[in-house]
Amino acid sequence: MNENGKPKFGMYWASSCGGCEISVLNIGEHILTVDEVFDVVFWPVATDFKYEDVRGYPDGYIDLCLFNGAIRNSENEEMAHLLRQKSKVLVAFGSCAYEGCIPALANFTSREAIFQTVYLDSPSVDNPGRVIPQPVTAVPEGQLHIPEFYNTVKSLDQVVDVDYTIPGCPPEPHQIWAVLQVVVAALTQGAELPPKGSIIGAKETAVCDECLHPKSEKKIFRFYRPYEKVPEPGVCLLEQGIVCMGPATRGGCGALCPQVGMGCRGCYGPLGGVADQGARMLSAVASVIGVGEPEMDERMLEREFETVMDTLVDPAGTFYRFSMAHSLLKRAKIKD
Amino acid sequence: MPQERIGVYVCHCGSNIAGTVDVEELTAWAGEALRHRGVVVARDYKFMCSSLGQDLIAKDIKEDALTRVVVAACSPHLHEATFRKACADAGMNPYLCELVSIREQVSWVHTDKAAATAKAKAVISGGVERVIHHAPLEPMSVPINPATLVVGGGIAGIQAAMEIADSGFHVYLVEREPSIGGHMAQFDKTFPTLDCAACILTPKMVSIGSHPHITLLTYSEVEQVDGYVGNFNVTVRKKASYVNSDLCTGCSVCEEKCPKSVIDPVFEAGLGYRKAIYRSFPQAVPKFPVIDADNCIYFDTGKCKACEIHCEAGAIDFEQEDQILELNVGNIILATGYDLFDARRETQYGYGRLANVFTSLEFERLTNAAGPTNGNIVLRDGETTPKSVGIIHCVGSRDRKFNNYCSVICCMQSLKFAHLVKERTGAEVFNFYIDMRTAYKEYDEFYQRVLSEGVHFIRGRVAEVTDVSNTPEEEDKLVIQIEDTRIGRQRRIPVDMVILSAALEPRHDSDEVAHQFGISCSVNGWFIEKHPKLDPVATMTEGIYIAGCAQGPKDIPSTVTQGAAAAARVLGRIQQKEMALEPIRAEVTEALCSGCRICNNLCPYTAIVFDEAKEVSVINAALCQGCGTCVAACPSNAISGTQFSNEQVMAQLHGLLMLNIMEPVVS
Ligand SMILES: Cc1cc2nc3c(=O)[nH]c(=O)nc-3n(C[C@H](O)[C@H](O)[C@H](O)COP(=O)(O)OP(=O)(O)OC[C@H]3O[C@@H](n4cnc5c(N)ncnc54)[C@H](O)[C@@H]3O)c2cc1C
Ligand code: SF4
Ligand code: SF4
Ligand code: SF4
Ligand code: SF4
Repeated sequence: MNENGKPKFGMYWASSCGGCEISVLNIGEHILTVDEVFDVVFWPVATDFKYEDVRGYPDGYIDLCLFNGAIRNSENEEMAHLLRQKSKVLVAFGSCAYEGCIPALANFTSREAIFQTVYLDSPSVDNPGRVIPQPVTAVPEGQLHIPEFYNTVKSLDQVVDVDYTIPGCPPEPHQIWAVLQVVVAALTQGAELPPKGSIIGAKETAVCDECLHPKSEKKIFRFYRPYEKVPEPGVCLLEQGIVCMGPATRGGCGALCPQVGMGCRGCYGPLGGVADQGARMLSAVASVIGVGEPEMDERMLEREFETVMDTLVDPAGTFYRFSMAHSLLKRAKIKD
Repeated sequence: MPQERIGVYVCHCGSNIAGTVDVEELTAWAGEALRHRGVVVARDYKFMCSSLGQDLIAKDIKEDALTRVVVAACSPHLHEATFRKACADAGMNPYLCELVSIREQVSWVHTDKAAATAKAKAVISGGVERVIHHAPLEPMSVPINPATLVVGGGIAGIQAAMEIADSGFHVYLVEREPSIGGHMAQFDKTFPTLDCAACILTPKMVSIGSHPHITLLTYSEVEQVDGYVGNFNVTVRKKASYVNSDLCTGCSVCEEKCPKSVIDPVFEAGLGYRKAIYRSFPQAVPKFPVIDADNCIYFDTGKCKACEIHCEAGAIDFEQEDQILELNVGNIILATGYDLFDARRETQYGYGRLANVFTSLEFERLTNAAGPTNGNIVLRDGETTPKSVGIIHCVGSRDRKFNNYCSVICCMQSLKFAHLVKERTGAEVFNFYIDMRTAYKEYDEFYQRVLSEGVHFIRGRVAEVTDVSNTPEEEDKLVIQIEDTRIGRQRRIPVDMVILSAALEPRHDSDEVAHQFGISCSVNGWFIEKHPKLDPVATMTEGIYIAGCAQGPKDIPSTVTQGAAAAARVLGRIQQKEMALEPIRAEVTEALCSGCRICNNLCPYTAIVFDEAKEVSVINAALCQGCGTCVAACPSNAISGTQFSNEQVMAQLHGLLMLNIMEPVVS
């Protein structure tokens, strides 16, 4: 252990794609400042520390720990508890740790169904013994343990206490650097940290607010999937029937996606005070379906409405793409 | 430690609630299980809404220093105002009182006492959690413009306009047709007294035309309505009549000289003709004719101008254009009346195909001394007097194919017709009815009278009217096929003339009109009143009232009553000079609004406008009725509903699910 008086930095990936790590490296030459200011004591993607090393640290040893990835299995959960114990400031870094993100879309199904598909039904699988992972397996040498795969994917704050959250899939480098500067200032010059529980590295206003497309009153007659339509430039995507989560998503990214004709996916999560980003956006979109005449028969109206809604493929996956674990829905019901 | 001191009051509502909910247990539970949430007192009482019940609350507020009150009783629709006032009188802000329904939502819909009591607990628990998040609110006050707009110049609108104007306040009466009078002006006699419609109506019409406090805008329609109670801005389009009313003397020479006759589908119900320049009828108010440009030869070909040539006053003005008028009014009465059911839709009765099948309105014109036949009841050929007449009730009413409702007036109107046919032609008359509905002052007496006049009454729904004869007696006749349910047999009755008592239907454009004025229509299309029993002429939109058949089918006496009632409500408002508005409103937090404009055309009261400069949406607090539509739609969470904040709703859910009860108290 190198005791050089520098604040200690850790970063960990639980159930994630690795994009968050890349994003940190994407801050460019500033990474040198990070190395200069911090003493990296754990960062599996970049340095060779073992879990054992972390277990050996005193409690609160790590000054800043960026935790990315969702809690999908018992190993993720164990590491969450361990890093909480060893860290002064634990940050849920990126959408997976914050709200479940893509891994949490699995909450629409169950462990059994996932195993069935992945290990048995998938056309590319050759598994004559129909072997399915078991947490404990007896082998001649004794017992083998692998982490237990949970039914439900959770966010970091659903298993441990979290100090700050940096949203994004992944968080934008300029935002990461802004946050790091604040932390560095706090650690080196005694500046104040934001209040505990804050969402940092993002705005209080929506992506839509940052988006440069002019906005008009909305009436949607049909939805288009990204491949079905070349968006008209300079026109709000939502008005063109391309689902854009911009108005229901926290800004800070600079509205990158809508600027290049791709509807905002919603990765920065809901705005402050919103319990369920998916429900918010669904409710908004449903409010502007452009069907129905005043004297129209109710059933007719319902049918027309459904015809439009049918063009919205996979609404659950669309509206809850990032926020499923944190939503009011949390998961689909599992039959006992 | 709870910060609020909450009182919970459980009402028995006689046995309405206490019969199904164990109120004593409920009260004891609330006092115990919700103590940690701030409940310091819980009481039950036979009738919380009585003055003694209200005193209980007031006393606790004062002596127990309550900061919040939850009343578990009936629906807020009924007594929210009562309990809010009781709290206000005791010195508490009325919006810190929450009324939860354990009658409509619990006792009336359950039979199992234990289960109902358990549900009532959840409801109270929800109310307690919610009321913690209530904030004191102050009502807003807006001044009332004393002028009133009345839309529709039928008898309802005439009555309403007259009452208000007679009290000294200004009325703008907007009528779509060239004359006021509405349907009543088309009739000859009115049931049950058989007084002549014109004799009782035209004096009222004349008074309207000459009233110093009435601006009569005929041949006009409302284009747009902005603003809110006390302060509406109304845009009216006065259609070009091509007659200068300052010069026209109403001599009607132009009408005589105009070479172009057209069928009059409105006033003459298609039975008679009018000219291209016309007044709806000789006693029209105002007396000025209008040129129907669609049918005028001059507008078509550029030649004719017979009217202009013969008009001594020089009043014809082919250059006239539509005029747009801006009116400011404080209140609006909608009295747009009804349309007659299109009897062609009931194909088996042959209207439009069989010449001698008439609609009720056609028959009114037929009997009218000023009508196309000078009051002679004759067949379509214009001369033959019928020897037998069949009158079919409920055409298009009480019929799942068309309208489920009863049109109220058709039985009496059919009896009136039976009497008139008997009196004027001596013909044999058959009335085909399902049920005889003559419930009103002197109505059944009229039925008795018509019975004694020898009219035949056959009970059943007519299957068909046909000109195909089976027997020699049926030849050249219209045969009415019916199952006579009193003798249980099919019958075929040959007659010369058939009259269809067609249903009253909402105006074809009632939905658009409703939308324009920010009110709603029922499934059937009639304007919806604020309360069907207790507030029949007000609507859910403050400052908008309804009267007459626009609200639902009714006879003239009830129409007049509603016209007067709506006027009285408006006069009450005007006298107040200003009025308090419920502070339950939605509000946009400018900093959070992304300007996405999702909310922009959602508001049923058109309260939301977009501020182009700031790129944010803004809610006009006086227009907003706090319905919550936009609150639910705003994806950016920029709109919050006072008294319906996310916090309040989520807290109530939390309470309803009993997540606030640490150790569930098992009953
Ligand atoms: C055949 C028949 C016979 C009847 N006989 C009797 C009887 O004997 N006794 C009795 O008590 N009742 C009778 N009734 C019922 C009677 O007609 C109604 O009760 C009464 O006419 C209702 O008056 P109102 O003012 O509500 O509507 P209406 O008479 O329909 O008047 C509405 C007025 O509003 C105008 N208007 C509509 N829309 C607009 C708009 N958007 N802008 C501006 N103006 C508009 C119309 O042009 C019309 O002038 C009879 C009904 C029928 C069909
Ligand atoms: S494209 Fe998306 S982010 Fe841009 S204005 Fe439209 S809804 Fe808002
Ligand atoms: S100009 Fe038109 S309104 Fe005048 S007389 Fe000729 S057809 Fe009739
Ligand atoms: S809550 Fe919103 S939608 Fe409803 S009346 Fe108010 S502004 Fe209109
Ligand atoms: S829906 Fe919300 S964010 Fe969008 S314009 Fe309306 S208030 Fe603003």
